[in-house]
Amino acid sequence: MAGIELLSDQGYRLDGRKATELRKVQARLGVFAQADGSAYLEQGNTKVLAVVYGPHEMRGSRSRTLHDRAVINCQYSMATFSTAERKRRPHGDRKSTEMSLHLKQTFEAAVMTQLFPRSQIDIYVKILQSDGGNYSVCVNAATLAVIDAGIPMRDYVCACTVGFVDETPLADLCYAEESGGVSSLALALLPRGGQIALVQMDARLHQDHLEALIEAATTACKGVSKVLDEVVRQHLQEASVLTGE
Amino acid sequence: MLKSKTFVKKTRSGGVMKVVREHYLRDDIWCGSETCTECKQDSPVLQKDVCVESNLCSYPHYLVPDTNVVLHQIDVLENPVIRNVIILQTVLQEVRHRSAPVHKRLKDIIHEKEKHFYTFTNEHHRETFIERQPGESANDRNDRAIRVAVKWYSKHLKTLESGPDGLKVVLLTNDLGNKQKAEENGMVAFKFEEYIKSLLANPELVDLLALSNDDKVTAFTDRNFIHILVLFPEHLPLSRIQVGIKSGSYLQGTFRASRDNYLEATVFVQGDGEDSTEVLIQGLQNLNRAVHQDVVAVQLLPRNQWLAPSSVVLQDDGVAKDDDVEEDEEEKLRLSAAEAARKPTGKVVGIIKRNWRPFCGMLNVSQIKESTRHLFTPADRRVPRIRIETRQASTLAGQRIMVAIDGWPKNSRYPNGHFVRSLGGAGEKETEQEVLLLEHDVPHQAFSQAVLSFLPKMPWAITPEDMAKREDLRHLTVCSVDPPGCTDIDDALHCRELENGNFEVGVHIADVSHFIRPGNALDKEAANRGTTVYLCGKRIDMVPELLSSNLCSLRSNVERLAFSCIWEINHKAEILKTRFTKSVINSKASLTYAEAQMRIDDTNKTDDITQSLRGLNKLAKILKRQRIENGALTLSSLEVRFHMDSETHDPIDLQTKELMETNSMVEEFMLLANISVAQKIYDEFSECALLRKHPAPPPSNYDVLIKAAKSKNVEIHVDSAKALADSLDGAKVESFSYFNTLLRILATRCMMQAVYFCSGMDSDFHHYGLASPIYTHFTSPIRRYSDIIVHRLLAVAIGADSTYPDLMDKHKQSALCNNLNYRHKMAQYAQRASVTFHTQLFFKSRGMLNEEGFVLFVRKNAIIVLIPKFGLEGTVFFDTKDKVSPSLVYDEEGPTLKVEQHTFHIFDRVKVTIGLDDSNIQHQKIRMALTEPSIPGVSVPAPEAEPPTKKQKLDR
Repeated sequence: MAGIELLSDQGYRLDGRKATELRKVQARLGVFAQADGSAYLEQGNTKVLAVVYGPHEMRGSRSRTLHDRAVINCQYSMATFSTAERKRRPHGDRKSTEMSLHLKQTFEAAVMTQLFPRSQIDIYVKILQSDGGNYSVCVNAATLAVIDAGIPMRDYVCACTVGFVDETPLADLCYAEESGGVSSLALALLPRGGQIALVQMDARLHQDHLEALIEAATTACKGVSKVLDEVVRQHLQEASVLTGE
Repeated sequence: MLKSKTFVKKTRSGGVMKVVREHYLRDDIWCGSETCTECKQDSPVLQKDVCVESNLCSYPHYLVPDTNVVLHQIDVLENPVIRNVIILQTVLQEVRHRSAPVHKRLKDIIHEKEKHFYTFTNEHHRETFIERQPGESANDRNDRAIRVAVKWYSKHLKTLESGPDGLKVVLLTNDLGNKQKAEENGMVAFKFEEYIKSLLANPELVDLLALSNDDKVTAFTDRNFIHILVLFPEHLPLSRIQVGIKSGSYLQGTFRASRDNYLEATVFVQGDGEDSTEVLIQGLQNLNRAVHQDVVAVQLLPRNQWLAPSSVVLQDDGVAKDDDVEEDEEEKLRLSAAEAARKPTGKVVGIIKRNWRPFCGMLNVSQIKESTRHLFTPADRRVPRIRIETRQASTLAGQRIMVAIDGWPKNSRYPNGHFVRSLGGAGEKETEQEVLLLEHDVPHQAFSQAVLSFLPKMPWAITPEDMAKREDLRHLTVCSVDPPGCTDIDDALHCRELENGNFEVGVHIADVSHFIRPGNALDKEAANRGTTVYLCGKRIDMVPELLSSNLCSLRSNVERLAFSCIWEINHKAEILKTRFTKSVINSKASLTYAEAQMRIDDTNKTDDITQSLRGLNKLAKILKRQRIENGALTLSSLEVRFHMDSETHDPIDLQTKELMETNSMVEEFMLLANISVAQKIYDEFSECALLRKHPAPPPSNYDVLIKAAKSKNVEIHVDSAKALADSLDGAKVESFSYFNTLLRILATRCMMQAVYFCSGMDSDFHHYGLASPIYTHFTSPIRRYSDIIVHRLLAVAIGADSTYPDLMDKHKQSALCNNLNYRHKMAQYAQRASVTFHTQLFFKSRGMLNEEGFVLFVRKNAIIVLIPKFGLEGTVFFDTKDKVSPSLVYDEEGPTLKVEQHTFHIFDRVKVTIGLDDSNIQHQKIRMALTEPSIPGVSVPAPEAEPPTKKQKLDR
């Protein structure tokens, strides 16, 4: 039999979502007390922990110090138990290194680094369970963690992975869809201004389809931003109740 | 919107791998019924007033078939009477899993608006989803899911205000357990047969019914065989086959039944890359119910049981024969194995995939008058007879009908099937044409409205925008040369001398891709048809006639859009410059080959067209010589042409086609254009160019040719195309000038099929026959879809058109190539079949003829004779059933056959009588009988009544 049917004629995907629907997003801010900022985010079955330290003085080699803005240092890793087969090396492989770099680029675009010259901001993300859209979920979690740390940002950075099947863009791919031969695109967006922080795609796609795909990704990212905003407001409310204000 | 609960589904696939997937349940999936006011649906599919008269359910109702019903009774479901059916997602998925063709048909039905089939996504509906319980099998779960969905529907519809005898849902299942459980739960459930038989208005549906499983065993056995005979060994389950294939004890391959011998077949096992083997299978037990084209698993027999393919021609004559005779025949097969020719032999142990389609054929009405069970003989001799049940046997006798196979139980000599539809009276020209189109899977329905809507509006004229984008070549003396009566002219030529003394030669091809835009219904239809099919006296167009015979046809004295390939060529026929452009041309003349030849030969004529033709002819000769020097093959096959009666369209004369210089002139330039274009598109799109290759045949293919030539003391070298071409040129025998043509005919049969492929998917581009490193089809876009794609690629390459996604996708391209190759092959077969049929009509009207011919092959009990005059091939049998067979001694080395005192060799000259044998109306055939050399007891006297009129000189 020829693979699995990713999108049925009735417009339902494998897991029962429609093409534009996101997976269920659940998040919590301030999960660790010792870090400056932290967040836990679940998007469907993909679960991510993000922790932020800083801004603080440069550590390690001082030569990397930038005199007009802060350095952002990202580290991405996957827990050994995050995939169906146990992972041997949780971080440091090429894929993780690349992912770290992408995260760094994304957050350099969003964080107002010029406010903290000669300092450093560390963002650590760890995938606890992986079910597709790893990059996007990491970005979303890290955004929350940065907000929790109180570091000023231009806007939320929201990311979403979209794929293209049967002439239809699918939002927020799960692992089965990602591995089912779909050309997927990851987009990180600053939703209010509509600026793109990062687009990444390494599959073949005809250029006529690209516009439709980015359009779908933008809509999806805006959807994500709404959810994240709600989470942040909820957290603030709880925090303010606790502090008695 | 996202109101759903997540949960985790675990499945184990392949190895031991845990798969965790989310499964969202929704409450926005509607029931799809017009009566429902609760569901907020836009366009409900199921009708409000369902009127099907059934004496089982008097109330209006929707049907819910279960998976097995869909799988087995799709023929009935396709009938327009069956409407308002709910297909559950569970069912759809199971069908998809189990049978791709049925799934495709089911989807087609769902898309058809008038059928009112609704797909209910029950697996994602909050109230109808169920989890598999511990200890429950997947099948049981699915059955339960179906019942739950039915239950939900009946509850859902009951709450509506639809009166006392309101809408109900009826579950159709053949599974007794399922039905019982459903009834316990208060649902309405019927067996499919019961329900169909209860439909008052449509008794003809009953014939369409396939036999369900539990019937199969009883139906055909109780009366005919009182003790249940097990005729065939059990098939192995798929799991054991897979294990066996992995361990190498079984081989997987495509089953190909022999056309000549119903007890023999080969299984074609595809190996890695080029090496593929054929496994011989002999005997009913070993064939084990495999049907032509099935994918089967075979087990090789030990080496000492290996057999040689028999050269005996055996046909299953069916009913009257009892098992003893069959054993005799099998015995006869075995005797004849010479040590050397033994081939790997095996037996079928299991079926991996059935490839059953509806078969055309005729009914053999049972001798017992009241019987409702009859044998059906398919037109394709490779398919076994099928037993069907029908009550309209008397009307169906003498008609061509279609029958589908339902199953082949191990205790039945023949597979069981059911009647699908009637095609018309046998022997009628329309019916026979329909049969051969269906048998060769040629799409031949009239073009749908959707397709026609994409045609340009008439009156059509070239617009100034078109002119602006195209080169104006209307001033050139372009002309076309085609066979007589050709209305779809897709190529035209011009040639003129330039000031620097060189020639400018242009090949202008109809710009079909201008009219057929990618992705629309017209394009899809053309892509599916793949090619225009030419039958005798009929053409099945790939594109609607308006395009093929008018707007795209490069007729004379009208302005037409063209895609031109223009070269500058010097007097040595070397190409100095090549360019491609979209253009507008105005052909000055459309000539036939003969007319063009006359113009060239007539020295008095000096007009532009003739000059142009002479220039072309001169260059073509040089090109041809160069090509042959490079090792291109000139092969031969006899093509015949019928002279048709203008009113009855019956053939009145038959001639082999003659080739003129102008034929090869046009051909030469078409080859040149194709090669130039192939190079251009490959340079531009190395990954997705559509090319055509002709692989070199494996050396063993030439064995027959070498043996045959050796018998006349001629050596044939087959190391390369060049060597073969040279040795064919050198092969001449004194006083037997037809020998060379015969050899070339044999050589043609050794060749492989040329195929289309996508350059990104293959690395071997060589065209063996043309001795060209790269080749494609560019010159006939009206009748071949491949050319349209090549046009599009070339247009993108020169910036004249924009690209589109599918064009650049090598996987889609490659899938398209597969379809085109299939269609081309089938079109070729259909063409041949049509010629055969018309030959038969011809001989029917002419009676017996006595003709001279040559022995082309020698078989164990027959010789195959070629009659050059008619391009006709026929078999002369030496052992007929009702006569005492003469002593036959067959020598495989020659091969020669000694009949009584006379020995037949390949290429022997014989005389035969030709007549039509219409004893079997389905397989009418040309019967040949020997007249010269005369062998007592074998040959027949030459018919005196009709002395062959004006005997043609054969040795040309």
